[in-house]
Amino acid sequence: MEKYIYINDRPVLWEDEKNILALARKAHIEIPTFCYHSELSLYGACRLCMVEVEGRGLVTSCSTEPFEGMRIKTHTRQILKLRKTIVEMLLANHDQECPKCSRADDCKLRDVSNRLGIDKVRFRKTRERKPKDLGSECLVRDPNKCVLCGDCVRFCDEIQGIGAIDFAARGQNVNVAAAYGKSLAQVDCVNCGQCAAVCPTGAIVVKSHIPQVWDAIHSGEKYVVAQIAPAVRVALGEMFKLPSGELATGKMIAALRILGFKKVFDTAFSADLTVVEEANEFVSRKSKGEKLPIFTSCCPAWVKYAEQSYPQLLGNLSSCRSPQQMFGAIAKERLPQQLGVEKEKLYVVSIMPCTAKKYECKRPEFSHDGIADVDVVLTTQELGRMIKEAGIDLNDLEPESMDLPMGFATGAGVIFGNSGGVSEAVLRYAADKFDIPVPENIVLQEVRGSSGLREASLADGNLKMAVVHGLKNAQILCDKIVSGEAEYDIVEVMACPGGCTGGAGQPIVHNKAQRKARTTSLYHADKTMPLHRAQDNPFINELYETLLEKPNSHQAHELLHTAYKHRKRIDDDELSLSGAGAEDRCKVRVCVGTSCYLRGSQDILAKTLQMVEENAWGKHFDIGATFCSETCDKGPTISIGDQTIHHATLPQIREMISKAAGTRE
Amino acid sequence: MPDLNKIRESYNAARELCKKRVVVCAGTGCIANGSLQVFESLKNAVALRGLEITVSLKSDDTSAHKAHDVYMIGSGCQGFCQVGPLVTIEPAGILYGHVKPEDIEEIVEKSIINDDLIERLLYHDPVSGKAYKGNAEIPFYTRQSRTGLKECGHVDPENISEYIAHGGYFSAEAAYTRYSSQDLCKLYKESGLRGRGGGGFSTGLKWEFALKEDNEKKYVVCNGDEGDPGAFMDRSILEGNPHSVIEGMMIAARAIGADEGYVYVRMEYPLACTRIRKAIQVAEDCGILGDDIFGSGKKFRINVMEGAGAFVCGEETALLSSIEGKRGMPNPKPPFPAQKGLFGKPTVINNVETLALVPVVMQQGVDKFRSLGTPKSPGTKTFALTGHVANTGLIEVPFGTTIREIVFEIGGGVLDKDGKINNDAFKAVQIGGPSGGCLTREHLDIPLDFDSLGAIGAMVGSGGMVVMNDSTCMVETARYFMTFTQHESCGKCVPCREGTRQMLEMLEDVVNGDGTEETLELLQEAGEAVKITSLCGLGKSAPNPVLSTLRYFRDEYEAHVKAKYCPTRACKALTPISIDPQTCRGCTLCKRVCPVGAISGEVKQAHVIDPLVCIKCGACVSTCKFKAIS
Amino acid sequence: MSATYAAAHSFNKVMEILDRFERSETKIIPILQAVQEEYRYLPQEVMTFIATSLGVSPARLYGVATFYSHFSLEPKGKHIIKMCDGTACHVRGSSAVIDAIRKRLNLTAKKITTDDMMYTFETVSCLGACGLAPVLVVDDAIHGQVTPEQALDAIEKIEAEERENA
Repeated sequence: MEKYIYINDRPVLWEDEKNILALARKAHIEIPTFCYHSELSLYGACRLCMVEVEGRGLVTSCSTEPFEGMRIKTHTRQILKLRKTIVEMLLANHDQECPKCSRADDCKLRDVSNRLGIDKVRFRKTRERKPKDLGSECLVRDPNKCVLCGDCVRFCDEIQGIGAIDFAARGQNVNVAAAYGKSLAQVDCVNCGQCAAVCPTGAIVVKSHIPQVWDAIHSGEKYVVAQIAPAVRVALGEMFKLPSGELATGKMIAALRILGFKKVFDTAFSADLTVVEEANEFVSRKSKGEKLPIFTSCCPAWVKYAEQSYPQLLGNLSSCRSPQQMFGAIAKERLPQQLGVEKEKLYVVSIMPCTAKKYECKRPEFSHDGIADVDVVLTTQELGRMIKEAGIDLNDLEPESMDLPMGFATGAGVIFGNSGGVSEAVLRYAADKFDIPVPENIVLQEVRGSSGLREASLADGNLKMAVVHGLKNAQILCDKIVSGEAEYDIVEVMACPGGCTGGAGQPIVHNKAQRKARTTSLYHADKTMPLHRAQDNPFINELYETLLEKPNSHQAHELLHTAYKHRKRIDDDELSLSGAGAEDRCKVRVCVGTSCYLRGSQDILAKTLQMVEENAWGKHFDIGATFCSETCDKGPTISIGDQTIHHATLPQIREMISKAAGTRE
Repeated sequence: MPDLNKIRESYNAARELCKKRVVVCAGTGCIANGSLQVFESLKNAVALRGLEITVSLKSDDTSAHKAHDVYMIGSGCQGFCQVGPLVTIEPAGILYGHVKPEDIEEIVEKSIINDDLIERLLYHDPVSGKAYKGNAEIPFYTRQSRTGLKECGHVDPENISEYIAHGGYFSAEAAYTRYSSQDLCKLYKESGLRGRGGGGFSTGLKWEFALKEDNEKKYVVCNGDEGDPGAFMDRSILEGNPHSVIEGMMIAARAIGADEGYVYVRMEYPLACTRIRKAIQVAEDCGILGDDIFGSGKKFRINVMEGAGAFVCGEETALLSSIEGKRGMPNPKPPFPAQKGLFGKPTVINNVETLALVPVVMQQGVDKFRSLGTPKSPGTKTFALTGHVANTGLIEVPFGTTIREIVFEIGGGVLDKDGKINNDAFKAVQIGGPSGGCLTREHLDIPLDFDSLGAIGAMVGSGGMVVMNDSTCMVETARYFMTFTQHESCGKCVPCREGTRQMLEMLEDVVNGDGTEETLELLQEAGEAVKITSLCGLGKSAPNPVLSTLRYFRDEYEAHVKAKYCPTRACKALTPISIDPQTCRGCTLCKRVCPVGAISGEVKQAHVIDPLVCIKCGACVSTCKFKAIS
Repeated sequence: MSATYAAAHSFNKVMEILDRFERSETKIIPILQAVQEEYRYLPQEVMTFIATSLGVSPARLYGVATFYSHFSLEPKGKHIIKMCDGTACHVRGSSAVIDAIRKRLNLTAKKITTDDMMYTFETVSCLGACGLAPVLVVDDAIHGQVTPEQALDAIEKIEAEERENA
């Protein structure tokens, strides 16, 4: 039996909608809201979505389940008045610098306020201005524009499983903050930027690097080249009123050339290179049966997350740099000679769907002698803004093509932009080695799809894969892998929903359909390309012949691989118990993470302190407790000076401390 | 399995062997006034005289079965804190107030060894000066109908035997051995018992909702986060009769099928925390709480959680978040806690006073319980009577009692600004704490219950009742309450976070003389928006003090914004300019410079300023040569 | 007790507290209460330590700690004076007492601890001792029906004790 609900006296079919708000959307009525997000938990704080239910009075539509025969009014005189009052209350403390705000075109507060016809704010500003957080390479937080809807907080916690930001304080003073009010740069933020993507206002935005790029272009000295990530081409058009997912590669290249880029290359080219390197690394590990599963390492948000949270899995991460950094390394190695430009003058700009790439390019290991492999990263949005700034009408441009050789890619590199794409590309490369039949259309359906965790068992169970997106899903999976509950050979992790197409550098996503259109378009792009397997890319093969010798060679390692290190979640936070800050003292650090603790590290720490105390050696030591790695199996781990002792015992430590004290006495 | 009858008989037998029973109030109020020293001194003085004394009469204590001259206990709050420390001597029924250590010798000599009264320590009526012997005579007590509070201040809160001897835990036993869950829900629905913590929802119905949920794990939570300033009945019950709360929780647990409970107590109540913790421990030790309650095979255990200082945690969903270790922010309902509560399990939350009444209802039976109160609000309710009233303290009266009876009779009348009893000085009474409304003289005869109060813009709330005399400015009072709710807003939903702040700013404008008629209009509009749209009950009720004063004291607001005049002269910025008649020489200069003709007076006579006309331009002040105007 | 030993002692206490509450995320509030009891406030590095031990994000712990007024992220003075500003106390003149104490200790509504770390003065919500309004709590001892003069006397008494101990 079909069930109906009456919205403004018109029947609406009620299928499986969980709340009135979703049902109203189906009936083409957009009820204003800030804090309702279909992928996040219910919050119910903005109170804008109130509707009138016959017999029940005003209820919030986000939290109210429909019932059969329910009669709803969505815009009574009272409702409109209340909504206006609430928005006025928000505007009173909102920093209304709209013309200067990068979210001006896509601000929900501005939109709702306009729709409600607010022409005057009768309330006054009651809060002092708070400083912006400018510390992060990727994101800028401006608390003066925050409406405290909590979308960012819930995304970071529920989808990404990080909780780098949360609400702090109470009442008037409530604010969204990183731990201890620190900058995002100093905490466990992985720079995925999804907080900015879900923010309804300009309270969290992507940090702009447009000025640096204009400077380089206008300097006259720099030779500015671009690399464009696969996901950019299926989203940029949205900023120019093209339908979601429409492929705009050619027009985009033309626009970049007009802007002043000397060469335009494709990150999909270096993605092909990544496939070759990573697949070979995997095959080698698989044959030796070591360090499995191999985790992909293209996503810089995931890499930072793993460094913070899964130090014990760092050895399993593929040592391959991401396509962006492989491109940068090859570009700075080869282009100066090929183009006849001094290395210092070559300026590599990445156009990425991603905010974390801004952080990645600044990692110290990707700079040599003061020259970064990638100089600056622009997001899709920033590129769109530059195009607009220059007054270029993207729609009217004649499509152009990428420059060779680094502009030539196969479909394998292109599908990197989708969740599952890296896995599929690696499979296409390695299919022969595992006797996996590759279908005519080269589509490996097993790893495609949109669910947060997808698993595939190939080659008669000899090859087990998992594809996850969203770091919370990664967390669940990693915990299972660590505990031995799950076993895989390859695990692909992308931090953003849907992979790079859903990156936070892309134009703001308003619904799932939009994200899906991009994904479909990217797969379609692969289909229309002449080549689909990385090993078929002639320019890649040429690169091996002329520069890299063979996959995973010494030279390849120098240029294309990297290493990872354990990071603390919060900068400079160690529990110092005595003598902190004195540089010349012998530094003693005792791990008190769960595993070391269970093995008696606390007792060692207490007795060590006691010993130092009794012997009045306090002046020689700086003793502290730390978490070196949560579940390391070598505990108790203790470091004294520059020595690290695993399986430490009390007598052993006593002796070493005495010795250290002796030399200093 | 504990045999309640045996404990009761044994205790009573021991009790009968004691000649005198001396009760020293050891509630927070009396302790602050030095009652613990009084207790010690009394004990020592009695012992010095070679009298046999016991301080903990236990039923299983064979030594207790010998004759004692004096049985001494420290009780919970007796409600009459103002007169503390309180000492009661039974069986004579003597109540002494303001007892100091130096009074002890005389008390022992005259009233313990003998049966004489010490006139000066008795309670004297503040108006007539008449002395009263004890509770049985003092109007503050005789006008009350103590039900939930009955044992409070009478039993030793740390002695479970005494609680059992007074009929305690028999209801729990019945609930676990003779009733089904359905029967219990039905019984409490029929009793009409409504939640005493605020909303007044039917307790039995609430239980029934939770009972209907099919889940192996369910919780009973006792809300002791009594945050309303001016209300302290929950504290008194937890301190004075913690076992009644435990018993109430046991019955609730049996009714819904829960096996675990939490008592959430404010951290500002350390004594209440200690007492309830001890009581739970003792009940477990006796086998009353545990894995096989009264042989029913049912399990129930109680945890105590101390709040960490957030008023909003009194809201049930916020309280649950707090127990879960989260920020105490309310969540949208539905889902209701009865469906999805603590840790996602069906949960019943009742406040302390409600739970303390639960065993009483069963003891008395539905008919007797319903014989007091009104048909829709049966039973009694405790109010915390404070403010400008002669007798402050906790009082328990049947629903339907009028404010007049409470303030003028039990409260002993209104104190005027000089501290004298003068019922003409009555101006308003704020009922239900910061979420309640201000009521006026015209409401004095309305029978108080959940529905009547709701209809006039107030609420029973937690039962705070603050009496205000005519020196109180209602705008300033509204501002005070707004400061409180604004400060305690959790900050989650927009209307409460932003709206209460805007309202406070507007009220500040009004008391500072910066308000206009538009301010009042916007204040009303903002108040209504906050009331209608806030997420939780606290936000929805936050504007009540403002809206009710706007309704009943509109003229006072208008005086502030139109005449820039505070009729009670409480608002400093709006205290009118006046001429000191002693200094004024009657030179008429001021009269001539006044641009609005507010000054009148004959030559060589003291002049006066009409504050309603005066615009406080200050022209007269600077003109006066004799500095008579300020 | 030297600083080294004190720090180690406190640290052992933190470990004990974590164990007592089974390192359970749901026991965050009692854990923070117990830790604050030990340190008299919540030092940042101890908070990070607790967060890591409980497997919650430091931001979440920070959010909880800053929500409840009982928790302090700043060290408090040696003597803690609290004035109840509940309705009954307010109506019976707590403001005058508050003003007097603030003036005496040179404190404001925002600055609640004296520079010499000797006193912290805070107003608290209703203590439920309304019958004794206005109520002042000096180092856990309740003073009922206080006047500004009595409040200042109470401070003088502490001063005198401190001088004696010095």
